[in-house]
Amino acid sequence: MVKQKIVVIGNGMVGHHFLEQLANRPEREMFDVLVFCAEPRPAYDRVHLSEYFGGRSADDLAMGKVEQYREWGYDLRLNDAAVGIDRENKIVTSASGASEAYDHLILATGSYPFVPPIPGHQHDKCFVYRTIEDLDKIQAAAKEGKVGVVVGGGLLGLEAANALKQLGLEAHVVEFAPGLMSVQLDEGGSKLLREKIEELGVTVHTSTATELIEEVDGGRLRMNFKGDKSLDTDLIVFSAGIRPEDSLAKSAGIELGERGGIVVDNTCRTSDKNIFAIGECALFNNFIYGLVAPGYTMARTAVSLLCGEAAEFNGADMSTKLKLLGVEVGSIGDAHGRAEGSAAITFVDEQTGVYKRMITDREGKKLRGAVLVGDTGDYDTLLQYHLNDMDLPEHPEQLILPALDGAAPTLGADALPDTATICSCHNVSKGDIVGAVQGGCCSVGEVKDCTKAATGCGGCSALLKNVVDTELAALGMEVNNDLCPHFPYTRQEIFHMVQVEEIKTFDELLHKHGTGKGCEICKPTAASIFASLWNEHIHKKPHVGLQDTNDTFMANMQKNGTYSVVPRIAGGEITPDKLIVLGQVAKKYDLYTKITGGQRIDLFGARLEELPEIWRELTDAGFETGHAYGKSLRTVKSCVGSTWCRFGVQDSVGMALMVENRYKGLRSPHKIKMAVSGCTRECAEAQSKDIGVIATENGWNLYVCGNGGMRPRHADLFATDLDDVTLIKYIDRVLMFYVRTADKLQRTSVWLENLEGGLDYLREVVIEDKLGICDELERQMTNVVGTYQCEWKTAINDPEMVKRFRQFVNTDEKDEKIVFVEEREQRRPATQEEIVKIAEPA
Amino acid sequence: MSEVAITRAEWLQVCKRSDLVADSGVCALVGGRQIALFFLPEQEPQLYAIDNWDPIANAGVIGRGLVAEIDGELTVASPLYKQHYRLSDGQCLEEEEIKLEIFPVAFEGDDVLIQVG
Repeated sequence: MVKQKIVVIGNGMVGHHFLEQLANRPEREMFDVLVFCAEPRPAYDRVHLSEYFGGRSADDLAMGKVEQYREWGYDLRLNDAAVGIDRENKIVTSASGASEAYDHLILATGSYPFVPPIPGHQHDKCFVYRTIEDLDKIQAAAKEGKVGVVVGGGLLGLEAANALKQLGLEAHVVEFAPGLMSVQLDEGGSKLLREKIEELGVTVHTSTATELIEEVDGGRLRMNFKGDKSLDTDLIVFSAGIRPEDSLAKSAGIELGERGGIVVDNTCRTSDKNIFAIGECALFNNFIYGLVAPGYTMARTAVSLLCGEAAEFNGADMSTKLKLLGVEVGSIGDAHGRAEGSAAITFVDEQTGVYKRMITDREGKKLRGAVLVGDTGDYDTLLQYHLNDMDLPEHPEQLILPALDGAAPTLGADALPDTATICSCHNVSKGDIVGAVQGGCCSVGEVKDCTKAATGCGGCSALLKNVVDTELAALGMEVNNDLCPHFPYTRQEIFHMVQVEEIKTFDELLHKHGTGKGCEICKPTAASIFASLWNEHIHKKPHVGLQDTNDTFMANMQKNGTYSVVPRIAGGEITPDKLIVLGQVAKKYDLYTKITGGQRIDLFGARLEELPEIWRELTDAGFETGHAYGKSLRTVKSCVGSTWCRFGVQDSVGMALMVENRYKGLRSPHKIKMAVSGCTRECAEAQSKDIGVIATENGWNLYVCGNGGMRPRHADLFATDLDDVTLIKYIDRVLMFYVRTADKLQRTSVWLENLEGGLDYLREVVIEDKLGICDELERQMTNVVGTYQCEWKTAINDPEMVKRFRQFVNTDEKDEKIVFVEEREQRRPATQEEIVKIAEPA
Repeated sequence: MSEVAITRAEWLQVCKRSDLVADSGVCALVGGRQIALFFLPEQEPQLYAIDNWDPIANAGVIGRGLVAEIDGELTVASPLYKQHYRLSDGQCLEEEEIKLEIFPVAFEGDDVLIQVG
């Protein structure tokens, strides 16, 4: 088969989406694909560009990865801009001199920032805000400055202002129009947004036209405004809108719009039928779609057509929901109510700073548009009414009024038609989700994997859950989150009951809230909750029968019924004397010795009855239990940090010791691993841990909810440049919130993925104290820290507890069925074959 | 103790009540045999004696398992691979063909008596 050749020009978000969509289709095999990318790196997330200054690296923002493209079999040409199109011979030429033939050409050239032609705008302290390279330049300039000005008060301008603020500059926004975000917001919404942004320390100048930019003393810039006002600044960022990048199309003689933009029809084809244009360079119905979701729709349309399916792009909804400088903003449809016969319902709460306005038709039957500032909780519901042209309820104002009974009225998933778009980033309809559930997906997570819904901006996750739950219920397979047959509650609910009712024993819990006699699921779960809340010794009488065998004997049972012993070696730091003691103990009891992945030493093959003696020797030498047997903090791995390493910028060992000693003994829904790295080289691999700390020049970056092992997950950057006190405060809160709300045996990684609202929500809870529980979380942690005891030290000093470690209650004989053989100068359990052989008389 | 000659249906004193751990298990060696003893003060009967050998894991660990109620029946979950064995008759709930031996056991005053035959 002769393959057809697709050449894609441009590798921004939309170009990447095109390639990703194509890669996932069987028809992919029909094509050879070549991509020209003018930038030095493949596609990255421009929507979240300002997070680059919040600590996210270029890698974190990356969408297309070079390896991924290789895997897909694409020929990716980075740093090589296409410079010419020979339409007659169907050949693209590039800056590096390549010339490549095509059968189908995709123009995904995007846009460029519009810089108003103000005299002085070419000054080298004037920047635009579009690429990572732009950000690097802004960052370099910000180092020497105090003040930064953004020209443009639209969506992108406010994002840029956020970036300047994160760089530590005094930020100003200069806008020509009378209000901020005048495209998406009406006057009232715009006014409130301005107030909120000014409260955050950004100065806003509206109705302000810049006439001249000149250099003044010391290399600073002075902006002279119309009407004799001026503003001195160290740098200026232009973010006053975008213009379609259509120069290549223009030079190739492809039809452009009057004011630019490559004209496309509803198949996304240009005036040349072999050439598609998608994303911000394309002009459809005389309109440039400057949002990513419509660009994605165009990309999918082009992919479908190339694969021989019918598809049309018929414009897109420009509704949007986002957070600007932490302020929630939503805009739906005709936000200004410009269409004839519009009526408005407005709700304003000046106390809490919330503005909501619905635009309906005159009869109040259909929703034409809406503006939400300060609270976008109603966005999803309103958007569905708008997109699906559904009849509004009898009292439509209830959709935006605060619900008096506390529960916001949500739109039942049942009411939505199957065609309703749930996830606009990935164009997933309610029908697609219902199909996925009927096809066997039983949880929101599975539906996400299967349909990609809620994996873009995540704005639809609440609605997605609603649809999934409703469909599961309809199929009679409502998700059962019950802990076990004895407790018809989730772990989180049980935690709450134990806490509020101050329940201290399993019997009491079972009597009050459960049925039957308990099992190996609810008993250890209850024991863990009691320990998290009240922190009594796990061997205290009522708790004894609740523990898994490893907790019961405070050691890890191995395959032949013997145990391994792991003393705590905090931060991986150990004195030679202590190391010698470990060697002596291992030698005395003939324990197989191995270094663990968590910078500790594991001693294997201890018989049950030997455990107390071994621990007496270890505690005498100053060792404490390492909790390797518990669902609790395991290790805090560290590198040597600034004390020894020439690259280290902070004392990572010191921090690891502090952290490990603080959280040792904390019982949690699952084990917890942590690490502290002394610099960005990350030798302690903190980004694969539940809690990861990485030193910066200014303090510590905190990463959360990473995982190694079977299902690796990169930890998410949670907060940056923290001082010691704030770092510990945040870790306290994150951990306690996890302990409180996670399911049984749920690691932090899965917990975060299932947390509604995800990382942003976790930040709101932990940093902004959205739920007002931070004091309580800290108090709980302080209690756990304050009541720490080395479980082994307590146990060996209590004859009753020591009694528990007898192999047989009626004799001191040993278990003769435990057989070891020697291998590489150490003991190991004999295999079944070896045992049979040993038993046979020679 | 293991040297004691046993005859059929003879009740042997193995240990004291205070050697048992409420709501949990211990292990005794009776005539060379490892036997797990479970003491569940709230249940009827209160005492259970079951073979300590886990035939799936090939280790003597049943006495260190967790007592779990499964579908209304009391079981012990093996600490190694978590199969459940019914305390009343030793039947493995996961593997139909596996059944542990159980033994008559009873209190006589503070003594724990067992019949191993």
